[in-house]
Amino acid sequence: MNRSRARIWLFAGSIAFAFLLQLMPLPLVLLPLKPYWVGLVLIYWAIETPERIGLGFAFLIGLAGDLLNGELLAEQALRLVVLTFIVLRFRARLRFFPMWQQTLAVAALLLNDRIVVIMVRGFSGEPMPPSMFWLSPLVGMVVWPLVFLLLDDLRGRLRVSDS
Amino acid sequence: MSIARNDTSTLFAEGTASTLRLIAYLALAAILMVLDHRSGYLEDLRRLAGVVVEPAYRIAAFPADVARATRTAVVSQDQLAKENRELRDALLLAQARLNRLDALVAQNARLKDLLDAQNTLGLSVQLARLVDVDLDPFRPRVVLNVGANQGITVGQPVIDAHGVMGQIIEVLGNTSVTMLITDPTHAIPVMIERSGLRTIAYGTGAIDQLDLPNIPISADVQVGDRLVTSGLGGRFPAGFPVGEILSISTDASSMFAAAKARPAAALDRSGDVLLLRDQPQPYGAPAPIEESGPPRDPAGTPPVPAVQPSP
Repeated sequence: MNRSRARIWLFAGSIAFAFLLQLMPLPLVLLPLKPYWVGLVLIYWAIETPERIGLGFAFLIGLAGDLLNGELLAEQALRLVVLTFIVLRFRARLRFFPMWQQTLAVAALLLNDRIVVIMVRGFSGEPMPPSMFWLSPLVGMVVWPLVFLLLDDLRGRLRVSDS
Repeated sequence: MSIARNDTSTLFAEGTASTLRLIAYLALAAILMVLDHRSGYLEDLRRLAGVVVEPAYRIAAFPADVARATRTAVVSQDQLAKENRELRDALLLAQARLNRLDALVAQNARLKDLLDAQNTLGLSVQLARLVDVDLDPFRPRVVLNVGANQGITVGQPVIDAHGVMGQIIEVLGNTSVTMLITDPTHAIPVMIERSGLRTIAYGTGAIDQLDLPNIPISADVQVGDRLVTSGLGGRFPAGFPVGEILSISTDASSMFAAAKARPAAALDRSGDVLLLRDQPQPYGAPAPIEESGPPRDPAGTPPVPAVQPSP
C-alpha cells in the first residue's frame, strides 16, 4: 500500500516537476536550448511502466501542457500522442538498448517531435522558426542519460526501502 | 490501455488496435486544434483552467524571484549608492523633459481646441509587473500579474518607459498574456516621425528587430529615423515611440524599400510595464468628414443639400 503510493507520488511528482521546468525562465541566450522536459519524462515512464502510460494518458498530459503554455489547444496533445505511440511500439527494443543507443533513439524521437511542431504551426499559418529551433533535440539528447539515471535511481531506492 | 496485456506482446508490432487508437487520438487532436484556431471559444476553457494555471505560473517564477531578491540583498552598498545616483540623474532629466512637455501639452491643447478636434490627450494607465515565466522560447509572450479582476481586456496596448511593447492577447483571472511587437505574427501601424510617412512594422521573431518590408522606393527614409505609432487601426494610440531604423535595402523584387528597425521598448524580460486604459478611438479609421462645400465634380450633378435632415 505504502509502496504503491510512494510510486504514484514519484510518477505524478516527476511529471509536475517537468511542467514547472518547462515554464521556468532562463537567460535569453539559453532559451532556445531548453529541452522538452515533459516529453523526456513521458518517454521514461512509457519505457519503464507502459501499463501506466497509454495514448489517452499522453493526450491528457498534452492538454494540460497546452493549458499551461500553449497557443493552440491540443498541439502538445498531438505531439505527445505521437511520441508515446512510437515509444510504446518500439518499447521492447528501446528498453534493452545500451545507453548510447537509447540516447540516439531519444534524439531521433525529439527531432521527430520538432517536425510535428513545424507541421502543426505551418498549418495554422505561422512562419518557419529560426535555425536555433533545431538545437533543442540535441540538448534533450545530452540530458536524457541524466533524466534516465535520476528517475531510475529514485525508483530503485523506493524498491529497496520497501523490501 | 491496450498495452497492458502483460508480456505476451511480440517484440515488434503491437497489433492493429493500437494503431486505430492512434488514429482516433490524432483525429481528436486535429479537431480540437481546428476548433480552437477557427473559433477560439476554447479560450473560455482556458479561462476556467486559469484557477490551476495561475498558481503554476507563480510557482515557476518563484526561483527566479528568489534569485533576484538574493542578488538585491547581497549587492554591495556602493553599488546601490551608484545606482541611486544614476536614477536620481535620470529622474532629473525626466523632470526637465516633463516641464518642457507641459508647455507643449498646453500649446497642443490650445491648437486642438482651435481645430475643434476631439481632446483625447488624457490617457489613463495602469501599472503591472511581469511574471517571469517562459511559455515558448520561439513565441516570446510576456505574462503580466494583472487580469480580468483588475479590469484588463484583450487588445489593451502595453508600453514601458521607452516605447510600445505589445498588446494583451489573453486575459485570465489575475494574469494576462501579452504579445510583443517583435512576434512574427504581429504588425503595428507606424509613422516615421521626421517625414510623416505611414507604414507597417512587422515582428521578426528576434527580440531586437522589426521589419518594414513595404516602403515605397522613393520614400524619404533614413537610417536613424524614429518610428512612432500612427494611431491608424485604432488599437494603439498615436505618438508612442516604436523603434528606430537600423538599415535600409531594397526587397527581392526591388519594387519596395525594406527597412529593419530596433524596437524602442526594452523588451527583455524583467521589470514594470504600463497598460493603457482607454483607447482614443474605438475601432477602425476615424469617421470621414462630411463634405459641406459644393461637389468637386464640375460637370455637375444637381447639387445635393449639404445638411441632411435628421429624423
